[in-house]
Amino acid sequence: MNVTVTVNGKAHTRDVEPRTLLVHFLREDLGLTGTHVGCDTSQCGACTVHLNGEAVKSCTVLAVQAGGMEVTTIEGIGTAAELHPLQTGFWEKHGLQCGFCTPGMIMSAAELLRHDPDPSEETIRHHLEGNYCRCTGYHNIVFAVQHAAAAMRERQAGQAADD
Amino acid sequence: MYPANFDYHRASSVQEALAMMAENPDLKVIAGGHSLLPAMRLRLAQPPALLDVFGLEELRGIRREGDVFVVGAMTTHAQVLRSELPLFPEVAHEVGDPMVRNRGTIGGSLAHADPSADYPAAALALGVEFVIRGPGGERTVPADEMFVGMFESAVGLGELLTHIRIPASVRGSAYEKFKHPASHYAIAGVAVVRHADGEIRAAYTGAGERAERLPLLEERLNAGQPAGEGLVDAANLLGDRFASPEYRAHLVDVLAGRAAARV
Ligand SMILES: Cc1cc2nc3c(=O)[nH]c(=O)nc-3n(C[C@H](O)[C@H](O)[C@H](O)COP(=O)(O)OP(=O)(O)OC[C@H]3O[C@@H](n4cnc5c(N)ncnc54)[C@H](O)[C@@H]3O)c2cc1C
Repeated sequence: MNVTVTVNGKAHTRDVEPRTLLVHFLREDLGLTGTHVGCDTSQCGACTVHLNGEAVKSCTVLAVQAGGMEVTTIEGIGTAAELHPLQTGFWEKHGLQCGFCTPGMIMSAAELLRHDPDPSEETIRHHLEGNYCRCTGYHNIVFAVQHAAAAMRERQAGQAADD
Repeated sequence: MYPANFDYHRASSVQEALAMMAENPDLKVIAGGHSLLPAMRLRLAQPPALLDVFGLEELRGIRREGDVFVVGAMTTHAQVLRSELPLFPEVAHEVGDPMVRNRGTIGGSLAHADPSADYPAAALALGVEFVIRGPGGERTVPADEMFVGMFESAVGLGELLTHIRIPASVRGSAYEKFKHPASHYAIAGVAVVRHADGEIRAAYTGAGERAERLPLLEERLNAGQPAGEGLVDAANLLGDRFASPEYRAHLVDVLAGRAAARV
């Protein structure tokens, strides 16, 4: 089946089996291996991407279901020269050890910060319930999200002052 | 892990979906896919063909018609969470996680009748109605007749759950849940609703083969008595490596007490 998905702003058309999961489409057909597979049960959240702007587990969406839609992956939110504030936050606050869960954590947290620029610790923890980390212990992940939230609020305030 | 192979079809209207289902009994409806795809990946389900109805706008959204809210089956948990429905937003807050809530639908959950799902308890306590369309036309099923057994609802072969009718105003409501820490599904959950006419209705989920009303709890609360204990018989409940039937019975008592205290 032919499917066209716009990933990080660029349209890609591929011939896929209907059973191809979006995560495998991203990793194997497009070579975007930043999106990870951490479990087989839709629980761990390592594969989180944005589908038409909403965070979803790309292991539980078929590539054909994403046809005609826009996907943003971890590769699409920042560059090495200019990291996304969440990427900076995870760096500054040591929000990772092995880093396997980090792309999913960041994509999930990005959705939270879009709706809530100043989330409480409790809100952050509840929001990240679908993202499992098996080494950092979540504490520094919460700090990383708070760090990013503060940076993004500052940037926003700076922009408002410029206007 | 990949599911087994299947054919994929997308419906462009409810009418077309029903016609396609009538023609091909092998077609399995997929809504948000957040119960179906996990089961297919584990090869617990191997439908030969999927019919995608997730994109049907006529089945999405919530509108008010006098005393009821009419909720489209494809309304996602995230939309339910942000809505003005009674009780359901509180329940949606406890369903899975944000990513699950962005894809999973209220209709998919209720049609699926997972014994550990959260909405069925709320549906029973609120006394909602289910609008189901099939080859023979449209029928309305009361909540008390919806949950037939484990993973078995009143939605039959070739039928589509299209809407859920929810009473718009209740005097009070609460949902209390003891969740599995990894999957977030209910090991036990209790919903209690004080209706506009003052009557209290209650139901539990997660603990047995299907969600059911709690007649003893309703009797006590309607008589102004406390929730008390012994609300369900452990002999009728499920036991697994997470919780024994006796523990689940105890959880129902505790959660019922907490929910009753809030309505
Ligand atoms: C990690 C994870 C955690 C979860 N945690 C919870 C939780 O805590 N509580 C909870 O309640 N649920 C939980 N769920 C399940 C989730 O709520 C699902 O979204 C829901 O059970 C099914 O809805 P769906 O739209 O995804 O349906 P699908 O998976 O698409 O369909 C489920 C079944 O219903 C049928 N169906 C769907 N829609 C219709 C319709 N309109 N008419 C007729 N038949 C239909 C399908 O054919 C299929 O058999 C979780 C899921 C995951 C992956």
